[in-house]
Amino acid sequence: MKNENLIQYIYGIADNALILGQRLSELCGHGPNLETDIAGTNMALDLLGQTRSYYQYVAQLSGEGTTEDDIAFLRTERQYKNVLLVEQPNTHFGYVITRQFFYDVFHLLLLQELQNSKDETLAAIAKKGIKEVSYHQRFSSDWIKRLGDGTEVSHSKVQEAVDNLWKFTDELFHTTEDDKVAIKSGIGVDVTQLKSAYYEKIKAILEEATLNIPDHKWFRKGGKEGIHSEHMGYLLSDLQYMQRTYPDMKW
Amino acid sequence: MSEQEIKNMEEIFEQRIARDEKIEPKDWMPEKYRKTHIRQISQHAHSEIVGMLPEGNWVTRAPSMRRKVALLAKVQDEAGHGLYLYSACETLGVSREELYEQLHTGKAKYSSIFNYPTVTWADIGAIGWLVDGAAIINQVPLCSTSYGPYARAMVRVCKEESFHQRQGYEIMMTLAKGTPEQKELAQDALNRWWWPSLMMLGPTDAESVHTAQSMKWKLKRKTNDELRQQFIDQTVPQADLIGLTVPDPDLKWNEETGHYDFGSIDWDEFWQVVKGHGPCNKERMSARVDAWENGAWVRDAAMAYAEKQNDKEIKKAI
Repeated sequence: MKNENLIQYIYGIADNALILGQRLSELCGHGPNLETDIAGTNMALDLLGQTRSYYQYVAQLSGEGTTEDDIAFLRTERQYKNVLLVEQPNTHFGYVITRQFFYDVFHLLLLQELQNSKDETLAAIAKKGIKEVSYHQRFSSDWIKRLGDGTEVSHSKVQEAVDNLWKFTDELFHTTEDDKVAIKSGIGVDVTQLKSAYYEKIKAILEEATLNIPDHKWFRKGGKEGIHSEHMGYLLSDLQYMQRTYPDMKW
Repeated sequence: MSEQEIKNMEEIFEQRIARDEKIEPKDWMPEKYRKTHIRQISQHAHSEIVGMLPEGNWVTRAPSMRRKVALLAKVQDEAGHGLYLYSACETLGVSREELYEQLHTGKAKYSSIFNYPTVTWADIGAIGWLVDGAAIINQVPLCSTSYGPYARAMVRVCKEESFHQRQGYEIMMTLAKGTPEQKELAQDALNRWWWPSLMMLGPTDAESVHTAQSMKWKLKRKTNDELRQQFIDQTVPQADLIGLTVPDPDLKWNEETGHYDFGSIDWDEFWQVVKGHGPCNKERMSARVDAWENGAWVRDAAMAYAEKQNDKEIKKAI
């Protein structure tokens, strides 16, 4: 397997952590209470920490003095390979939790497989992440239940988020050409194999939360190929602001 | 209790403080002691929470992954400080909701420094270095204050604050040693944050209304002016070391006193900001109020869910 395939494969995982971490960071200081504020920041810190491990590895693979910051801040929008789900905005707390829940369940299944990767570095990063992501999944599942089975208002708000974000879940199981190469060489995880376990878990929690499971059959995709929603450009403007304004400096 | 009995109790109470004994939540205490502590501890907690806003302003735009993670962790520490300070305050018989209410209606104050905007990345360095630096000078003596829960909370707060301060100074040092543009960012931030940081240590002794009583209860060990001098003496050499200039033409080392002499502080500006007319007073308060109001349905849901779970447990038990 060529380095370039491996790098693209890693972007497909790492960019999700970066972009979701960035979205959660926007909420720091604005949570519904101190405890959830702290928990949200915790998850952002975990995700950004994981991002750094992946990017440092990519930097090493790329050579030529590439740094984690070049990778995080200096790519063009089309070069980010995160799924559309994680770039969706913090419309309200119901969206924040649902986005998190939809991603966490996938993320945990992914890392549980990735820890067996033939690539030792990826296996080690995955192993370390499992503990963190298990907590994320517990946190977001608990909140799905609280909001779903809380008050009428919270039920309808979280149902709205579930209905609107559902269309982004299918993309989690798409595989790009680079993914296929990585899977073939025993480095990458075949995510298509995770799909039934994913929906089983999601449906069980939604049912417990007294929420309806959307039945629409049309889904959105594109992020994994670098074709993002209109939200992405604004997110990147914030993320890249300093590096673009003051190029080639040490911070 | 008769007046005489109360007087006796107060005497015993003051003697305990004089012997450096800690006062604990269940101990008898004079009403004024309780009220003063609620005021000070809650003001401190509010400052932590409002203080998250100017720094949170740069989390999404931090210039490197390392700085982003460090800043996020710092702001999270502040939320943690808020949490245990509110808890310490609650031991005095006031609820967190009441305290928020006081903050949101403007009845309770928070540190005025957070009403200044963070307009460049260098402001994050300046806040860590100067604002946390001044806060530490204010707070270290509180680790041995008379009210137990407050003193214990402060031990933890101070440890983290001194880490933040080093982190802030390190940001400034990196900028000061960087490109001319970076150095300019650092100098500009120092220019804007220097005077507000001096004001942060409180009005001059002549105008400070609470000093005498607070000294007696060990809520204060040194006067505002003494603390300010200590801050200046400590900070000026740090600025020199990284080649930045403190924006005070009257600043001069005084061999005789062994301290720096410094120029006069614009107290009109201080009072203007305290009274709500600083650059960001309105923005800070509306950010807090919005977070609270937008979060109401979430808190209600959590409460309703917990009650339902409780009912289920009870039914099972029957």
